[in-house]
Amino acid sequence: MSTAGHEAAANAPTAGEYIVHHLTHWNSTGHAQKDVIDFSVINVDTMIFSVLMGVIGLFVMWRVAKSVTSGVPGRMQAAIEIVLEMVNDQAKGIVHSAESRKFVGPLALTVFIWIFLMNSMDFLPLDLLPTIWQAITGDHHAYLRVVPTADLNGTLGMSIGVLLVCLYYNVKIKGFGGWVHELFTAPFGSHPLLYPVNFAMQMIEFLAKTVSHGMRLFGNMYAGELVFMLIALMGAAWTASATGVSLFIGHVLAGSIWAIFHILIVALQAFIFMMLTLVYIGQAHEAH
Amino acid sequence: MEHVLGFVALAAGLIIGLGAIGACIGIGLMGGKYIEASARQPELMNALQTKMFLLAGLIDAAFLIGVGIAMMFAFANPFKLV
Repeated sequence: MSTAGHEAAANAPTAGEYIVHHLTHWNSTGHAQKDVIDFSVINVDTMIFSVLMGVIGLFVMWRVAKSVTSGVPGRMQAAIEIVLEMVNDQAKGIVHSAESRKFVGPLALTVFIWIFLMNSMDFLPLDLLPTIWQAITGDHHAYLRVVPTADLNGTLGMSIGVLLVCLYYNVKIKGFGGWVHELFTAPFGSHPLLYPVNFAMQMIEFLAKTVSHGMRLFGNMYAGELVFMLIALMGAAWTASATGVSLFIGHVLAGSIWAIFHILIVALQAFIFMMLTLVYIGQAHEAH
Repeated sequence: MEHVLGFVALAAGLIIGLGAIGACIGIGLMGGKYIEASARQPELMNALQTKMFLLAGLIDAAFLIGVGIAMMFAFANPFKLV
């Protein structure tokens, strides 16, 4: 008993190693990323799981849309209708141009469902997919992170996508000349001395909007994932003693509580990302 | 080395503690105002609830980002001398 425990302790990673291993992406270079910023690295796990979640979301929506009935709706249709109505109401309240809403409404719905599904990857047991992946590859140190929104590359990619849509609508609604005019005259007013100040303010606004949009989702999901890891570590440290058993009970309790609280965060962050997408696109429609 | 570890532990505590103070004050103020407003005008409750949850998420975000960073400092210490 005790020798087996000692052997396991010798092979088992320390708490720090466990967390660092779980925070490392499976990327295109084949080993852990060394520099903090390296644009030549592609995180393969983020790509695979985000595309997979997008495909699942599209497939479910397609199935429901195909079998839609005007009679008594099934449970799935009712659920999708509630989401659709909620997004549609928000879009109507924020983006006033009916023509833009033809594109912006479905965009908001896609963003909401996609991010919700990606965030929901957090609910899978922490080691489930990485362990399966390590068994498949035969490499016991293979890296895999399953939550695409807990990767800054994924969330900033989406927020930059929103920025591009905003720029498109700025040019489309106000015309290129009108937009440039706004860049130099809003928010402080039209005076040659104020042009540089206005322009700097506008640039800061665009930058802050985009960065905070992506960072907010990333930070929430990253912190949530880390807390799940800490809870898993607490359970992993259990032994057949009084304190060991209480650690195990604490693991189950804390894990359940955090998972329930996390349902709120997952839905709320998807909702906030969608709302801010609508708000930013709505701002692009307003002339100063 | 020990100095670095000690300072990082202190910093992680400060990040979480100060963030929690700010987030709690913010949520408290907003929740109080929400209860007050819906007591005055109960018909606005649903509309205000959506906005309250949105803002709660926005307020929480900064704190949770802080917790994430503090946890990373504590377990995957980037300041550790190699």
